[in-house]
Amino acid sequence: MLNKNDHSGSERGQHMKLITAIIKPFKLDDVREALADNGVQGITVTEVKGFGRQKGHTELYRGAEYVVDFLPKVKIEVAVDDSSVESVLDAITQAANSGKIGDGKLFVTPLDDVIRIRTGERGADAV
Amino acid sequence: MNEIIEVKYALDTFYFLVCGALVLWMAAGFAMLEAGLVRAKNTTEILTKNVALFAIACTMYMVVGYHIMYSSAEGGFLPSLGFLIGAENTAEEAIASGGDIYYSARSDFFFQVVFVATAMSIVSGAVAERMKLWAFLAFAVVMTGVIYPVQGYWTWGGGFLSAAGFSDFAGSGIVHMAGASAALAGVLLLGARKGKYGKNGEINAIPGANLPLATLGTFILWLGWLGFNGGSELVLSNIDEANAVAQVFVNTNAAACGGVIAALILARLWFRKADLTMALNGALAGLVAITAGPLAPSVGAATLIGAVGGLLVVFSIVGLDKLKIDDPVGAISVHGVVGLWGLLAVPLTNDDATFSAQLLGAASIFAWVFIASFVVWLIIKAIMGIRVSEEEEYEGVDLAECGMEAYPEFTSSRK
Repeated sequence: MLNKNDHSGSERGQHMKLITAIIKPFKLDDVREALADNGVQGITVTEVKGFGRQKGHTELYRGAEYVVDFLPKVKIEVAVDDSSVESVLDAITQAANSGKIGDGKLFVTPLDDVIRIRTGERGADAV
Repeated sequence: MNEIIEVKYALDTFYFLVCGALVLWMAAGFAMLEAGLVRAKNTTEILTKNVALFAIACTMYMVVGYHIMYSSAEGGFLPSLGFLIGAENTAEEAIASGGDIYYSARSDFFFQVVFVATAMSIVSGAVAERMKLWAFLAFAVVMTGVIYPVQGYWTWGGGFLSAAGFSDFAGSGIVHMAGASAALAGVLLLGARKGKYGKNGEINAIPGANLPLATLGTFILWLGWLGFNGGSELVLSNIDEANAVAQVFVNTNAAACGGVIAALILARLWFRKADLTMALNGALAGLVAITAGPLAPSVGAATLIGAVGGLLVVFSIVGLDKLKIDDPVGAISVHGVVGLWGLLAVPLTNDDATFSAQLLGAASIFAWVFIASFVVWLIIKAIMGIRVSEEEEYEGVDLAECGMEAYPEFTSSRK
């Protein structure tokens, strides 16, 4: 139940960011632990495929060549308060780093509001 | 004395029934193998095809096929037409025959009918992912009711090929090469899957969706083949026959193993990595290769016969692609090319067989099945078409023909 008297978070002066991390799948556990250590309570994880500068390669299936372009990755989305952004970015970077090409990227985007569906809390209370 | 006749009758009948049940289980093997090698969007349809063709095969063979195959004139060419599967032996008849009648007539039908379904099932893989389901089932009616039984009559049914000395113990030619011939006719009229072959001669890979299923299917076929070859000895109940059956089991298994090893090594040398699908096809190729003569060879020879099959199948799969004959599961290679090898391998270890009789049989079976199938496919194509539309092929035949996905993960709306 949204409280219509509550204005959006930015009007109340609360600033939040959405951090999107694309990482190698086997790094997921490490990143999750690092986020928990940093006080992040909720994350969303999606299986995705993609490539950056780490291009694909060719394989053979029954003698016919095919290109493996897209590599499996994991996408993590976390909503954080502005004050926590840098420490969370650090935590993810450290945990997801393997030093090899294809480690992934972090994206930081502004977040207008966050609402907890069960209680209607908004803003920092809902993060 | 009568009691011994009764027990042997019961034992040999039981043997037919159990082996027949093992061959029936091969239907599950084909279904899983094919489901694993097609794309997810085409899985439901190929499973439906496999279930339906089995039912059609058993029914048509019961209605008309069995009579064509086993009640036609000895040494002849033209089959006689008749229906249903005849009467059962009575105990008095069996005892009065002094043991010459040594198994239930129904058990013979049961053992034979599952072979028809096996032959028909070979076609379903080759035409996968782009054939209309009902066109395929229409063809199955004719193949299992007439085409297969006629060449079955010429051989196992006592027709002219049997009289000429053609030797095919469990059906490298009669079942496997025949199925592949029908498949080849269909594939030539059907055309390749969209996107399989490029404009400049490229051969594009279309990987299968579920290799665990493909592997499971192969092992199921491997197990069922023990019934396929073992039961074809037709008798168990004395020492010589029991030994023969054991030899057949051992050789059948050994040939499969030889096929796997040869195909895997060749794939590793040629493609730089271990191609699981080639190993699976190699096992089946080994089994097909030994099927024409699993009794006479030594175990070592059986392994080698299977190994040659494993090599041939890899070359054939790549070769057919170069000829732009699109066979998603390698059925024509496994069952046709290696089926022919299986027939020709028989005289190598069996003095009662001759190359000329084997060649006559191979040519006759191929010519009859291929030409008859081609005509039937043409008729079906003219009446209803045999290929789905380009859009249906793109979206997948699961939705187009069956209205349901095999792996409906993301979008099911539950009420």
